[in-house]
Amino acid sequence: MSKDSILTAIRRGLKRGKLPDDQAAMLRDRMQQHPRHLIPARSRLPHAGQVDLFVRNVEKEFGTVARVADAGAVPAAVADYLAAQNLPPRLAMAPHPDLRALPWASRPLLEIREGRAEATDAVSVQHGFAGIAETGTLMLPSAPERPVTLNLLADTEIVVLRASCIVGAYEEAWDRLRAELDGMPRNVMLVTGPSRSADIEQTLELGAHGPRRLHVVVIEDTDRAA
Amino acid sequence: MHIATSSAFKENASKALSNSGLQKALARSGPSFIARRAAAAAALPEFERLRDTARDIKNHALANLDFYLEAYETKVLASGGKVHWCADAGEARDAVLAICQAAGARTVTKGKSMIGEEIAINDHLEQHGIRPVETDLGEYIIQLRHELPSHIIAPAFHLNMEDWEAAFRKAHTDLPADRTFRERRDVLIEARTKLRSQFLVADVGITGANFLIAETGSSVIVTNEGNGDLTQTLPRVHIVLASIEKCVPTLEDATSLLRVLARSATGQDFSVYTTFSTGPRRPGDLDGPAEYHVVLIDNGRSAMLGTDFQDMLRCIRCAACMNHCPVYGAVGGHAYGWVYPGPMGAVLTPGLIGVDKAEHLPNASTFCGKCESVCPVRIPLPKLMRHWRERAFERHLTPGATRTNLALWAFLARRPALYRMATRAAALGLGWMGRKTGRFAHLPLASGWTGGRDLPAPEGDTFFARYARQQRTQQAQ
Repeated sequence: MSKDSILTAIRRGLKRGKLPDDQAAMLRDRMQQHPRHLIPARSRLPHAGQVDLFVRNVEKEFGTVARVADAGAVPAAVADYLAAQNLPPRLAMAPHPDLRALPWASRPLLEIREGRAEATDAVSVQHGFAGIAETGTLMLPSAPERPVTLNLLADTEIVVLRASCIVGAYEEAWDRLRAELDGMPRNVMLVTGPSRSADIEQTLELGAHGPRRLHVVVIEDTDRAA
Repeated sequence: MHIATSSAFKENASKALSNSGLQKALARSGPSFIARRAAAAAALPEFERLRDTARDIKNHALANLDFYLEAYETKVLASGGKVHWCADAGEARDAVLAICQAAGARTVTKGKSMIGEEIAINDHLEQHGIRPVETDLGEYIIQLRHELPSHIIAPAFHLNMEDWEAAFRKAHTDLPADRTFRERRDVLIEARTKLRSQFLVADVGITGANFLIAETGSSVIVTNEGNGDLTQTLPRVHIVLASIEKCVPTLEDATSLLRVLARSATGQDFSVYTTFSTGPRRPGDLDGPAEYHVVLIDNGRSAMLGTDFQDMLRCIRCAACMNHCPVYGAVGGHAYGWVYPGPMGAVLTPGLIGVDKAEHLPNASTFCGKCESVCPVRIPLPKLMRHWRERAFERHLTPGATRTNLALWAFLARRPALYRMATRAAALGLGWMGRKTGRFAHLPLASGWTGGRDLPAPEGDTFFARYARQQRTQQAQ
């Protein structure tokens, strides 16, 4: 069987047999501890600074951001964004309890369908699990209440993210994921700005296969002075 | 099948130099890659130290590769996926075909994968009545034009707007013939529309993997377009093609490598979509594939472990080496004659298809060292090319005239007094012969040089004599 022959060939190359138990135990320990390596200093800031850095980086990568004072202001922010972009008021929304709890009734003109995205959807609303300030990256782990297709099929993706879920470095987001979710989700997308391609004459064009627009609504749920 | 034409590098290079479309593309795109990487590196004070970290992580993973691959497989199985271990390209093609046939697949979408090119999976599927559709924009036009990618992250590096228009007009005959392609955006929108329908009908999606993670059993893809994600999310079956050296221990290890990958490749701080996939759809999930297969491919890698070429297995396929290579910049990727071009190709290709078929590639270098200076995992590419040159020489693959001249040079170089005498005589003689014009349009034994340009006549003394004189002056001061 090829598995055995490949492993044998690797060990022959490394000039040793199977790792002795004590060394294997050390490597298992390393995986369990998953030590961090050098983390760039740029995101080592007070939390308010991390939120600002996150917003700056999303915008640098051609995303847009609306900052709202509380969850109650999200439906208005979404409706205003759609109107400003001349988009239809129809949303495919993640069936996430945090999103369901928003006062959508305050905007009766918004048509909301919960579930995964279909190819015909123009706008999706996704639940942001974490924001990573280092590069303005959203962490979007899959779950029944957070379908992956919402990140891919619509022309415009809107992500609702609590400021308290914004961290400095990727490593902090991984730790949150390990702490709050039951094991590695099936799919974890790290999304930095809208889809793009530079394959034609090495010149950047937005909106290749994924969303042409990425809009993040940040709920300022932390005390800015803290 | 891609028949390697690496042994015809010289002929390929001559053709490339006189290909005006290619030269236009190279002149446009080369400098921008270099500037973008430089800006990204300069914006991150820790960048050089992150390169050391990246190198150390890959070295640790390679030194324990058997352990981490087994740990990785355990995790994939636990998440409901399957791992197919394949010793060579043939086994890998058969494994992919068997999965596709079991799924009753007629259309297969593909994310960009260099190992997919290496094992020539598209041809194999086509021969068995399955239609592969490349979905990365660059790979899509490469497939339409039936050629190999000319660059590992920018497959259509060698093409210009007029080539895109021509290929699209030829392939998309269902669209109005009088439509116009005024700007790049028109090309992009047409491709997006055409490929969207393919994503929706595909039965199987095949992607590559930038990393495999032992801790979680995840495969990682990195794209800007989102095509890889559509490929692995929409069809019923997802197949990951990955070579064995992609395996790293933890999420933190992969994260550290990702910090140098995009910056070295496109000069982005981070690619748009970095996606970690772990097994098939879970209970309650509204989307995602029902089956998740990893085709794990050796194809020559294990034979590089423990040799001079082990360092090459650190490569994370960022393409910085080719972006900065003066030889690649002059002749482009196709001249290298197989899947991997540029300095990384010059080292990897002889290892994968044999130095007898790729002997020219390690010689296609000025040894300027730029590739090593930008490699995010610090692969000593010039040193590895030199090792291949030595092997080719030892195996008598080097042409007779080159061997004779090298032997003559070696004879002199080992006898410094004689060497200085000979070079002094040559410098004085040539200087005298060329004293009128200061250059030679023709010179016996130097037609390789004078065929393309004049050879300047030496002025005055040899380097050694001048150096010695300078040293004496400095000491006297």
